[in-house]
Amino acid sequence: MSLVARHLEEAGLPTVVVGSARDIVEECGVSRFVFSDFPLGNPAGKPGDVEMQTTVTGMALDLLERAWQPRTTTQTPFVWDAESNDGWRQHFMKVDDSNRTALASAGDQRRAAQANAKADGAGRG
Amino acid sequence: MADDRRTHRSHVSYIDKSRGYYGAQGYPQAYQWAYHQEVPFAALEKPLAESRIGLVTTSFFERKVAVAGGGTKEPYAARCDDALGGLYNKDLFWDKDNTHTDDLDTYLPINRLREFAARGRIGSLADRFYGVPTDYSHRRTSRRDAPQILEFARQDELDAVVLVPL
Repeated sequence: MSLVARHLEEAGLPTVVVGSARDIVEECGVSRFVFSDFPLGNPAGKPGDVEMQTTVTGMALDLLERAWQPRTTTQTPFVWDAESNDGWRQHFMKVDDSNRTALASAGDQRRAAQANAKADGAGRG
Repeated sequence: MADDRRTHRSHVSYIDKSRGYYGAQGYPQAYQWAYHQEVPFAALEKPLAESRIGLVTTSFFERKVAVAGGGTKEPYAARCDDALGGLYNKDLFWDKDNTHTDDLDTYLPINRLREFAARGRIGSLADRFYGVPTDYSHRRTSRRDAPQILEFARQDELDAVVLVPL
């Protein structure tokens, strides 16, 4: 998606990315970025929270209007979980002793399934 | 631990996390994420209150099953009105344990942007929005998808684009 934003900018069309994967967007490099420090899934605000969604979308519009140079990132003021904000961060794509064996096994199974599909010619055409 | 001190950055690095996660599944080669030193920049050419704004999402109308040699997803343009019931994105990479995507405006703020248009903050939201695949291949994104989205944007005479990756 950030590559698309860059292509539009190169063609003279201003863009703003609204997202939660800060490192992915900023490593790719975009002109304007509104970052919410949220779990992936709701970059434009929490479900059911119209006021928050309005603020996030409004910040994107503000950047379109006011940013004067590329790599302008603003961060929304919202916190996903005021009680335990590290919980979701640590849980997502967790790798530790509790699941290391299961992950290795899942990878083996997926590769075996892909190899079988390839041998059968499944999914082609 | 003091609340105002940390030994690590607080926001999640998805580049680091995914490398560890897929490495633990036995994939030895880490994904090569897009990286650029130079970043293009285009300024808005008319007041925002007179500008037509477009939206781009990574969600699709229905599940597309991958086939050997690449995905079946291609960039598309569709009417915003047709998306109001929600889009399909369960196949995408997002945190299904901690949230949901039942509220369209959390990932495709059509209603919020229409409200900004009604208030005169923007000229209008375009009638169509666009979808773009989250492709493993930078080449397909850059050479196929991005030019197609630009063409849609030109057809719709957009002045600026809001892109919302899930």
